[in-house]
Parts: sequence; structure tokens; C-alpha cells
Amino acid sequence: MNWPHLAGLVALGAFHGINPAMGWLFAVGRGLQEGSRRALLAALPPIVVGHAASVAIVAALVAATRSAVASTLVAVAAGMLLVGFGMWRLLSRRHFRWVGMRLSQGQLAGWSFLVSSAHGAGLMLVPVLLAGPAPAVEGHGGHLAAAPAGALAGLAAAGVHTAAMVAVATGCALLVYEVVGVGVLRRAWFNLDRLWAGVLLVAGLVTLVDAAA
Amino acid sequence: MTRWTPDPSFYASPRDALGAPPEKLAYVAAFDRTATRPDAIAVLDVDPDSTDYGTVVGWTDLPNLGDELHHFGWNACSSALCPTAPHPHVERRYLIVPGLRSSRIHVLDTGPDPRRPTLVKVVEAKELADVAGYSRPHTVHCGPDGIYVSALGGAGGADGPGGIAVLDHDTFEVRGAWEADRGPQYLAYDFWWHLNHDVLVTSEWGTPSMVEDGIVGELLLGRKYGHALHFWDLRRRRHTQTVDLGDAYQMPLELRPAHDPAKTYGFVGVVVSVEDLSASIWVWHRDGERWAATRVIDIPAEPADPDALPDLLKPFGAVPPLVTDIALSVDDRFLYVSCWGTGELRQYDVRDPFHPVQTGSVRLGGIVRRTAHPARPDLPLSGGPQMVEVSRDGRRIYLTNSLYGAWDDQFYPEGVGAWMAKLDVDPETGGLAPDPRFFPHGDDFRGRRVHQTRLQGGDASSDSYCFR
Repeated sequence: MNWPHLAGLVALGAFHGINPAMGWLFAVGRGLQEGSRRALLAALPPIVVGHAASVAIVAALVAATRSAVASTLVAVAAGMLLVGFGMWRLLSRRHFRWVGMRLSQGQLAGWSFLVSSAHGAGLMLVPVLLAGPAPAVEGHGGHLAAAPAGALAGLAAAGVHTAAMVAVATGCALLVYEVVGVGVLRRAWFNLDRLWAGVLLVAGLVTLVDAAA
Repeated sequence: MTRWTPDPSFYASPRDALGAPPEKLAYVAAFDRTATRPDAIAVLDVDPDSTDYGTVVGWTDLPNLGDELHHFGWNACSSALCPTAPHPHVERRYLIVPGLRSSRIHVLDTGPDPRRPTLVKVVEAKELADVAGYSRPHTVHCGPDGIYVSALGGAGGADGPGGIAVLDHDTFEVRGAWEADRGPQYLAYDFWWHLNHDVLVTSEWGTPSMVEDGIVGELLLGRKYGHALHFWDLRRRRHTQTVDLGDAYQMPLELRPAHDPAKTYGFVGVVVSVEDLSASIWVWHRDGERWAATRVIDIPAEPADPDALPDLLKPFGAVPPLVTDIALSVDDRFLYVSCWGTGELRQYDVRDPFHPVQTGSVRLGGIVRRTAHPARPDLPLSGGPQMVEVSRDGRRIYLTNSLYGAWDDQFYPEGVGAWMAKLDVDPETGGLAPDPRFFPHGDDFRGRRVHQTRLQGGDASSDSYCFR
């Protein structure tokens, strides 16, 4: 993991963390409903676990595949997937559908996993993951043997990303709960869905251009 | 198209919604009892600073005859901010307007010109029947995963069960019946929810055959109309409990849950008790893990000379209050109760929901009283306060006077006419009085009768909130 790589992971983590739809708003809702900051804080770990799982699956897959298969092929496939997903997010008016507010901690983690996956949170990390240094292949074990090590690197990347995400999400949740109040939502909630789709698209294009270079 | 910032009419909490700016337009369902002219949505100017204040400034006819417009609602509301699936960048823009008799559901776009809504889609009765198995669509609420529409009747010739259909948020196509397991529920009418508790509540009126040709005396005295509330698991779409109010309490209709999302109580009005023609208000509430309902207000019938009464009521020598609509202010402080029979709108302080205190009363119309509006003291009024809508800030109350075509004719045989009134409220002390400047009536509504009012930007019965 080099510095630009790390910076990219952290920046995307912050981007995911700041999005109210990714969970911190749910935590605020719980805090307000119970009238306690503890309820807010208790909701954050399962949300983080769900998000981390969603991202880690993609990261591990990309990293492992990249260790085993020609990286150009991975990049082209991932780039096309990203562009397609980004276009769909941009053009589709459908929003994530979910009914139910009273969730157990496990269900809350499941919700977070689904909402992150549906938004393509992990996919967004693909160009950063691909830009990172390939895992070192020792000796003559061949590419396939390197896959587990690659997956591990992917998990580490997901960990860094999630750490940034949780820091920002917790900050947002506490700021809204303690200081500014939910009234701020109706003024300050910029339509991140469009920006999100745009980032996915750009990420896909960058990946494709890099692969062609 | 989605917005860059949330729709400004969405509020995260009821407390925030209290600070909403006053509405400038009101939409009113207007229907032709003779079914020879189209029903319409009338648009009223409710901006006191406007020269057109209190007049009909827009009118959108529907394409067919005999729809009988009744209740309607918005495509989106403050629940779009709810945290499980937030989508606050949609617009509160489309009015979802069911025809209670025709079973068509109309979609009107208020975006291009709010004073002139345009029809953009008609969901035909067949689609509602084929996909959801329902007819006679009634209440509309913007739900967490679609637009929920209650319906009184079944489909394919079946009288029931009535239930709830879900419409797609975007295309307004019928997605299907909402219920996964309806348990013993058969009769339907109104519904609403406690969103943060995953609870949905429904009430009971009657099936189409029980209501469409007028109230049926034998059914009423036989206690066959609805008299129960149903509680549901909103998430799993399952019936969880029936709370029977007792079969003397016929027709629990409008449901008004507390707007405060942490609370689990609400009010329901019962039209008539067959024992003494009184009306009542009940509060539903938790009782341990179960639900219960407690009667908190009784409104007695008023004795009257039988000669002054319509045939239906002559044997009783009294006017029933007929509580046909109620409304709860967004701060859950005041409950407004329409007594359509006696011609009275009552205001109660319900900060303690179990001990309401009456704080105001306005008399208009009534079967015997015929109280005039201060703007036209010479004009005895037919009908009474019926649909009641409260502005988000709780300062203005809007009333219309028709109940339901066939029932209007029984209780007001010489016709209800059409009138709308606005009452001004002092939200600090309670109390309310008619605004003498606001009294559209008669020909203003082009021969139609007027039913539900919806206020531009939302009102006290249009939005649900997920934050305190």
C-alpha cells in the first residue's frame, strides 16, 4: 500500500461515510427515537460491519483475481462493469426499497450490507484497488498461489476504507444529533446519488484508460 | 427528474414541519352527484394577501363521468427522509386521485402549473382489480416502498375483502395487494401507520354493497357495519391483532396516529352508536405487548322535532352528531372533530390523549340547525363540517361539507349544496373562529359537491415523520 493508494481509499471511505443513505442517518434516527446517544452509537457498529463486508467481498475478489489473471483483463472487465453500473445508477429513478425500522443488530448489519451493495460501494473502490501495488509473488509458485495473499491485501484495503468511513459517519451522526439537528437535512442534503453515479462512471473510465495505457 | 436538494416541503420531524410556511393553494375534490358532468379537482387560492383569496382559481376536469372523487393524496411526502431507504430528492408533485365509485385512480401533475394540475395517467379499474384484486380505492398515503391505497371492495364481482393496494412510486402502476396474511380482516376503510414501530392500522366501514346505495338501516341496526380496528406488522405485511370496539360502535373511520414517531397512540372517530345515536372518539394505545382502544370522548345526539328530520331519522326524534372525520394537528396537541349531522366542528386539547379537554366549537350547517356562515348570515347551510384539514403550522382549518353522494341524499334530502370554510386557530390557547373572508360556496364549485382538501406542500394528514 503506497501513499496515493491509501489516500484514495481514505477519500472514498469519507465519501461513503458522509452519505446519509449509507447508515449514519439510521443511527441518528435510533438515537432520537430512544432519546439517547448510546442508542445512536450502538447502531453504528452493525452498520459499519455490513458496509465493510460489502466492500471487502469486492476488494478481495479484485485483489485475488488480479493476482491470478492478467491484470489488463481484470481492469477492462472491472472498468466496463463500473461504467455500466454507473450509467444504471445515473439513469434509473429507482431507489433502494426497504420497509422496517425495528431491526435487531444482526438485521441492521444485513440492511447495511444490502444498501452498500445496491449502491455499488465496493465497486467504486476498484480503480484504487487496481492502482495499488500488485502483491509480490515469491519464487516460482505461479500466479494461482498468490491469490490468497492478494485477497489479504484486498481485505486490508477494505479495512482502511472502512476505518475512514466509520470516522466520517460517526462524526456526521454526532454532529447532527448533538449540534445541528435533523432540520439541516432538508437544506444541506445534496443529491449524493447523482454524484455517486458520476463517481462510479469516472472510476470505470479511469480504469479502462489505465488498462489501455 | 430528481432534485439536487431535498424537496423543500419535506420535513424530518413534526417539530420542523410546524415551522412550514403557510400554504398558498388548496386542492379540493369536487364530484358531480348526477354523474352527467365530469368530477374535478378545484384549486383554491388560500393566500390572504392575494386578491383572489377564497376563490376557485383553477379547475381540472377528469376525462370520465361518475368517478365520485373522495379522498386523495401526494405521490411523496416527508417519509422520503426516513433513514432506511431515504430518497428525499423526489418531488412532492403528483396528486393521486382515486374515484371511489369508478375505481379509477388518476394521477395529476401539479409541477408545471400548480394552479392547473394536468392529468398524466389513469390507472383503470381493471388494472387495480387484476393486479391487486381490489376495487373502490379510498385513502392514499406515501409509503416507505410505494404508494399505499386502501380499497373498500374486492374484484371480479366480489364484495370483499377490502384491503390495501401498493402502487409503484415512479410509474404509478399497481404492484399488487399489500397483505401477505390478512387474518380475519374483511372490511376496510382508512389506514395509517406508526412507521418507526413497523405498525400499520386499518379501520372498517363496509363493502360496496353496504354503502353505495346509501346507509342501510337494517344493516346498521343489525350492527353489521364495521366496528373494529386491525393492527398489522408493516414489515411482514401480516395481521397481528383485531381490537373490537363493540358492535354498538358502528363505523370507526378516520385514523389519526400521533405524528411524533416515538409515540404509539392515535385517534379514531366512530360515526354512530346504535344504542343512543351518539358519536365517539377512541384512542388506540399499547397495553403491554398488545393493542387496546379506550373511548375518550362521547358526543350525544341532539333531540329534535321529528317533523324537522329526514325520513331516516324521524323514528328517533334526534339528530346524531355523525362524526365522519377527525384531524390531529402536527404537534399532536389539538384534535378536530367533525359532527356532520349536528353541524359542529369541535376542537379538543389532546396533549393528554386519555383526557381530552374541549377548547373550541364552531357551528355551521347541520340537519336541523342550518347555521349560516358569518360571511352570508342570510344563507342557511345544508350539510355540515365534514372533511377537516389542518395546516402544518396548526393555525388554519379547512372544512368541506359533503360526506358521500348517496349518504348526503339521505341525511340532507333537499341537497347539501357545496361550501367550504376556513377557521382561524389560536394555537397557544385553543379556540377557533370562521374567517369571514373565506367562504367559497354554491356556483363557485360549478354544481359539484366538495370532499377532501389537500394543502399545497402538505398538511396534517398527508405526511409521516421518522425523526423526533
